[in-house]
Amino acid sequence: MQTISITDYAHWREIVRGLIHSEISPQHVQLLEANGQQSLFGDADLPSPTAAQTRSTTFRVPPKFLSLAETIACHRSGSRWNLLYRTLWRILHEHRSLLEIETDDDVLQLTKMEKQIRRDAHKMKAFVRFRRVEQGGEEFFIAWHQPDHRILRRVAPFFSRRFKGMNWTILTPDESVSWDQTSLTWGQGVPRHEAPAFDQLEDLWRTYYANIFNPARVKVKMMKSEMPVRFWKTLPEAEIIAALLADAPRRVDEMVEKHEGFAETAADLITARLTPPLTLSALRELARECTACSLHCDATQTVFGIGPEQARIVLLGEQPGDQEDLAGKSFVGPAGELLQEAAEAAGLRLSECYVTNVVKHFKFKLTEAPALGRQPRGKRRLHQKPDAREIRACRPWFEAELSCLPEAQVLICLGATALNAVAGPGTRIHDRRGRIFSTRHSQQTIATWHPAAILRSPDTIRDTKRQQLIDDLKLAVDTVFA
Amino acid sequence: MERQQTLETKLSILADAAKYDASCASSGSGSTRKGSRIGSTEGMGICHSYTPDGRCISLLKILLTNYCIYDCQYCVNRVTSDTPRARFTVEEIVNLTLDFYKRNYIEGLFLSSGIIQNSDYTMEQLTRVAKTLRTEHRFGGYIHLKTIPGAADELMTEAGLWADRLSVNIELPTEMDLQQLAPEKNKPEIITAMTGIKDKIDENKCERKARKRPPKFAPAGQSTQMIVGATPTPDTEILRTASDLYTGQRLRRVYYSAYSPIPHADAQLPGKSPPLIREHRLYQADWLLRFYGFNVDEIAVREDRNLDLEIDPKLAWALQQRDYFPVDVNTASREQLLRIPGIGARSVQRILSIRRHKRLRTDDLKKLRVAWKRARSFVITEDYNPAVANLDHSDLRTIVTPKKKQLSLFDTFDTALRGEL
Repeated sequence: MQTISITDYAHWREIVRGLIHSEISPQHVQLLEANGQQSLFGDADLPSPTAAQTRSTTFRVPPKFLSLAETIACHRSGSRWNLLYRTLWRILHEHRSLLEIETDDDVLQLTKMEKQIRRDAHKMKAFVRFRRVEQGGEEFFIAWHQPDHRILRRVAPFFSRRFKGMNWTILTPDESVSWDQTSLTWGQGVPRHEAPAFDQLEDLWRTYYANIFNPARVKVKMMKSEMPVRFWKTLPEAEIIAALLADAPRRVDEMVEKHEGFAETAADLITARLTPPLTLSALRELARECTACSLHCDATQTVFGIGPEQARIVLLGEQPGDQEDLAGKSFVGPAGELLQEAAEAAGLRLSECYVTNVVKHFKFKLTEAPALGRQPRGKRRLHQKPDAREIRACRPWFEAELSCLPEAQVLICLGATALNAVAGPGTRIHDRRGRIFSTRHSQQTIATWHPAAILRSPDTIRDTKRQQLIDDLKLAVDTVFA
Repeated sequence: MERQQTLETKLSILADAAKYDASCASSGSGSTRKGSRIGSTEGMGICHSYTPDGRCISLLKILLTNYCIYDCQYCVNRVTSDTPRARFTVEEIVNLTLDFYKRNYIEGLFLSSGIIQNSDYTMEQLTRVAKTLRTEHRFGGYIHLKTIPGAADELMTEAGLWADRLSVNIELPTEMDLQQLAPEKNKPEIITAMTGIKDKIDENKCERKARKRPPKFAPAGQSTQMIVGATPTPDTEILRTASDLYTGQRLRRVYYSAYSPIPHADAQLPGKSPPLIREHRLYQADWLLRFYGFNVDEIAVREDRNLDLEIDPKLAWALQQRDYFPVDVNTASREQLLRIPGIGARSVQRILSIRRHKRLRTDDLKKLRVAWKRARSFVITEDYNPAVANLDHSDLRTIVTPKKKQLSLFDTFDTALRGEL
């Protein structure tokens, strides 16, 4: 039995070339890792082939084996040189396609080791963490990493392609490598404490890590299998894992408690209480009881739509105002007066239309107000725009009303709230008015200014807007009665 | 006036808001962009870290802003939510991406946004981030932009020039689900946006084939995400939607995201998440659709049109199709091998390769690390395999069903990840 210590892959190639030439079978030779110590038997009787011999003993090995052997050479297992030689021997003497038989024990072992190398290289690409250091006005990025196997030389070119425009250094206990934006330079291994210990950006990285974590799903085993604990010491984010886990149950409880919005919409009430076919009178009666959103708490009453069942034009406003809330009827205040005038000018009889609002309760804020005109000083109910949640809860009433109006041909949206409820958020009156467009509620939809908005407009444009309202109403009249 | 927020506050808000997006892929882009100084996209995507929820961190996944004019009930950023709001500037995102990238924390950027002002404005801002990274900083890392349905065509075209991947979220599996929970979104608009991207990718490929050398357009293709369990829609409908997207819009990937309780959730939503295992079963079924030659009708074997949570979908199919088995591993076609429960696509490849040199015995299959407990009742090997008698057993299901202990989330998640069924 011969024993030979191998220093690296090139050395192994040289040795096995001689062994194959001398027909020394794997049973009769031990290829051991050179660990700096003199081998017990010395390397004296090593069959070192002459150049002539090497040429004459050229034998062909599948390229797949060579690249596999080069990979396995990085492995820290002491048995790798023997295993490789045995496999090579068997490829040459037993089966040229041995590597394809993955269930063979030697091949299985090699495949397993190759996988470990590949995984280690992959983890190195993933877990190297550079720290930025400034020196002489130039920035350098330095990392310390401890791979399982001797893979730095395999992986370094990847980093030079990825961080081409950066000066970087990767230190490992075995050796180190630096990139100066043109070439790689190799150096000695370095212990961890000689590497930079700090980078200010790491706080920001931990902030990201903490916030991208979803406490509602905790799978520590999964995390540890992909990010083995032995790498944690150089990962700045690993410091906070324990704290994140400890806090997770509390954060989940908080999420579940923090529900917002309304569980039901008017649709729940309608389907629970009415059986189709729906009628306007049944809807109006039921709407008095609606509590789908919280607006019913402060408002005086539900203000439902009004108009004949045969109406061909439907006008949709935002919500009842102060006076409408008290009267229980829509468009009775100053805005109603303006609408009435405009309708007359356009040749539209409002009494033949169905007039309603997106939201059926008045939303307001109480404010201290000075005496103004006829109004005494005191608390005033100031109109507030309904929010998307209230609109969502209330919209089923409008949809039910529409379903009870078989003759309806044109839907007129008065103001942005109505338009957004029908055509989606972000749509503007300014862009849509003056023409007919299709929405999911009506093939022929028209958008125009809300009369209240016209009243609040500056004097300079109030008349223009009033005229535009008249024009838009006229467009509806022409569409239906032409 | 809004108080000035620190970068850290913004990051915490806008990362938190982005974490409900399941996609993390950073692969499939092919070679790195020419002229890059920082960043590459060669080979497989790399997961740089893992959070305790078992998910990988590959990309800096953030929102440009979580202000949004929409009111989608399942979404934490909907306009009616009381969640804290923030907005990054284009420069802030660019610098954050570069700073993280240079320290090897990330593979690139996955940028998405709430919709501010309108679709075009939002899309324009997203594209500006990608363009700045590419042109001013010669960034060659991965960029995934979540596009905004309804944005102008030329904005989409420009986005595809700077990004590796574009995506449009389908959000919910059916039009009805959308109406219920995202009334302002609609399926036709989403599908139109996807088709638009697909057409541009196709056109780009054609031009490249004709050697016109146009700049690459979204070389890593497009993907989408569906939320599962926020509505009662059964798995079959979810998979049908996915299958249509794979064939019709040629998506690279459909992500399924089990609806998870979100802070500031709307009371309309279920308070609890669906079992996570459902998400995993869907991923498994998805692999069967894409790589195992199954179609949706074959996978839908249960009356309630949901996947079996107890056993994987391939095993469920096999139990319904006993007369398809046993399959002889030494003679069966690739297609037949792929149908054997417990034998994944990679093992099938190995079996085919080994078969050229020797006949396979039961021991060989075990060495290949197939899920033998599942597979053994369905295969014939060179030697005697007594377990194949189980096929005639009335209680086959109990025999092949993994014991409770093995049905851990970890195992199923693992198979879902690697696609080995």
